[in-house]
Amino acid sequence: MLKLAVKNLYKIYGSKPQRSLELVRQGVSKEELLKKTGNGIGVCKVNFEVEEGSIFVIMGLSGSGKSTLIRCLNRLIEPTSGSVFIDGHDICSYDEKQLLSIRRNKIAMVFQHFALLPHKTIEENVAFGLEIQNTSVEYRHQKACDALALVGLKGYENAYPNELSGGMQQRVGLARALAIDADILLMDEAFSALDPLIRSEMQDELMSIQDSMKKTIIFITHDLDEALKIGDQIAIMKDGAIIQTGSPEEILEHPADEYVRSFIKDVDRSKILTASSVMKKPDAIITQKGGLHLAVRKMRESKMSSIFVINKDKTLQGLLTIDSALEALKKGETDVTKYLLYDIEKAVPDTSLNELLPSAVRSKYPIAIVDKEERLLGIVARVAVLSGLSGEEVPNV
Amino acid sequence: MFRLPIGDFFERGIDFLKVHGESFFNALKESVLFIIQHFENLLQWIPWWMLILIFVILAFSLSGKKLAIFTGLGLTFIYSLDLWSETLDTLSLVLSSTLFTLLIGIPLGVAMSKNDNTQKILQPILDFMQTMPAFIYLIPSVIFFGLGKMPGAIATIIFAMPPVVKLTNLGIRQVPKDVIEAAISFGCTQKQMLRKVQIPLALPTILTGINQTIMLSLSMVVISAMIGARGLGEVVYSGVTQMKIGKGFEGGIAVVILAIILDRLTQSLGIHKKRKQNNK
Repeated sequence: MLKLAVKNLYKIYGSKPQRSLELVRQGVSKEELLKKTGNGIGVCKVNFEVEEGSIFVIMGLSGSGKSTLIRCLNRLIEPTSGSVFIDGHDICSYDEKQLLSIRRNKIAMVFQHFALLPHKTIEENVAFGLEIQNTSVEYRHQKACDALALVGLKGYENAYPNELSGGMQQRVGLARALAIDADILLMDEAFSALDPLIRSEMQDELMSIQDSMKKTIIFITHDLDEALKIGDQIAIMKDGAIIQTGSPEEILEHPADEYVRSFIKDVDRSKILTASSVMKKPDAIITQKGGLHLAVRKMRESKMSSIFVINKDKTLQGLLTIDSALEALKKGETDVTKYLLYDIEKAVPDTSLNELLPSAVRSKYPIAIVDKEERLLGIVARVAVLSGLSGEEVPNV
Repeated sequence: MFRLPIGDFFERGIDFLKVHGESFFNALKESVLFIIQHFENLLQWIPWWMLILIFVILAFSLSGKKLAIFTGLGLTFIYSLDLWSETLDTLSLVLSSTLFTLLIGIPLGVAMSKNDNTQKILQPILDFMQTMPAFIYLIPSVIFFGLGKMPGAIATIIFAMPPVVKLTNLGIRQVPKDVIEAAISFGCTQKQMLRKVQIPLALPTILTGINQTIMLSLSMVVISAMIGARGLGEVVYSGVTQMKIGKGFEGGIAVVILAIILDRLTQSLGIHKKRKQNNK
C-alpha cells in the first residue's frame, strides 16, 4: 500500500519564489537562477512514492537538497509548490491545526545531532512528544519505558542526555520518535554523527526494530554503503533533483548516469551484490536421460569443461566434467550417473558475492545456484564472481 | 555656530508628559511605592537574627558552607555597625526595582528574540539606556514623582533593565536550531515552545541577566540617595557631603557585603541549575 507520495515538489529559497519557480519550470539551471534572481533551488521537481513498511533512502552529497526535501515532508520547511500525500491526503493543503495533528500522530523525526533537551531526563525526553499532547503522566511513563526498552536503554530513565554517549543519545532520539506511535519515521542523517562501529550497530538495530514494527521510514544519508545496507528503495539526489530511484541492486547494476556511476565506484560490491545478480541461465545442462553423447556435444557447443546434470523436476543431480565424460565414452559406457561429481559447491540466490568468494576459490567448477528444493536456478562461473566484484560486465564464459 | 536644540526638545517633551500624563504617572507611582513599602515592612517586621538565619539557610542550600558562613558573618557585622535598618531600606529598594525590571525586561527580551525587527529597534534604545550616565534619569524622575524612594526606583529600573533584556534575548536566540526543529516536528505550539524549550534552555543566561540587574541596582543606591532615597546610600552620601570619612566608609563596606551576598546567591542559582543537569 502506498504510504507517502511526493508529487512535483519544489522549494525555492529567497524572496519572490513564485517568479523563480516559473523560471525553474522553464528549465533554468541552478547557477543561472542564482545569477538572475539571487534565489537558490532547494528541491527541484521531486517525485517519489514510498510503500508502507519499507525503508526509502534519500542519498546525496551535502548541498544536494536532501535535508530540505525531508523537511518538506512534515513542513518544517514550507514547499514552494507541489504536494506531499500521506495516506492519500495532501498535507500541503492542511491548515495549522491539521498540520499539528499530523506532526503529533503521524510523522516523527530523528535528527543528525540528536536534538535532545538537555534540561530534561532521558525519560522526559522520550515522553516529550506525548507531553505536548497533554496526555496523562502514567500513559507517558508507560510509553516512554516501552520505547526505551525497545532501543535497549532500560535503566537510563533518570539520566540526563549529556551523561550518555553519542550512540546512546541517538537511541534516545529514536525512542522519542517511536514513543508517539507514528507510522512514518523521518531520519535525517540519523547515524552520520556516530563513529563507524556504533553506526553499523545502530543500522542493524534499526533494521531489527523495523522487522517487528513495520514503520515507513524515510532515511537521509550521504553514505552510500549505509543507503545500500538499509534501503529497500534508494533515491539519489543532485542539485535538488532526484536523478535515479531504484533498489540497491538496480542502482549498482544500472547506474542512470555518470554521476551515479562515480558514486558507486568505491562501493564494496561484494556485500550488496548477490549470486542472483551474477548468475547465468543454466544453458549447459542435461537431464539424466540425456546420455553421454549429448553431454559432450553440449559442452563443446557452450565451450564449457563441465556440465550440470538435473532431474526431470529440475533438481540438481551432480556435475559431469568433460574428462570423465570422454573417459566413459572410451569405455563404451552410456550411463551418466556413475561418472557424476556429487561434491559440488552450491549456494542460494541471496548469497552475497562476499560469501560466494570462498566457494569460487575452493571449487574448480562453476557454482550451482539452487533454491530450497535443490532445483537448479542458475550457474555462476568462478570468473563471474570476480568480475561482479569489480563492476565489469560479466563475460560470457 | 548652528546648534541643534536637543536639550530644549527634551525639556519640552518632559513638560508635555508632566502635564498630560499625570494620572498615569500617579498610578505608576502608587503601585511601585506599594510594593516597595510592603517589602520594607515585611523585612522590618522579621527580627534581625531571623532574617540573617533565613539568608544563611538560603546561602547554604543554594551554594554551600562557604557562602553560608560569609553571609552569617557579613550580615552580623552590618548589624553591629548599627546599619541594619538602612540595609533593609536598600535591600527592599533593590529587590523591588529588580522585580519590576524583570517583570518588564524578560517579556521584552522574549519579544526581542522572536522578531528581528523588534531587536533592531530595541538594541540601540537599550544601549542608550545603559550608557547614559545614570544621573540623567534622576532629573525627569524627580519631576514626575517628586523626591524620595520613587524616583530612585524608577531611575534604577531604567538603568538596570538592559542586561536582563539583552541576555534573555541572547539566551533564547542561542537555543540550538535543531532542538527547536525537533520540538516543532513533534507538534509544539508557539506557547509550548517558549515554556518547555526556549525559556528552560535560556535560563542560565537569563539568570546571568538577573544577576547583572541586581548588581546594577545596587550601584544605583548611592546615586538614588542624592534625591532622597533612604538607606545605605544615604549613609555614604552624607559621609561624603559632611566629610564624615568613617561613617561613609562603614556605609560603603555594608554595600559591598550586601553586593557580594546577592551576587553569589544569584550566581549559584544558575550553577545550581546546571549542576542538576550534569548530575554531579
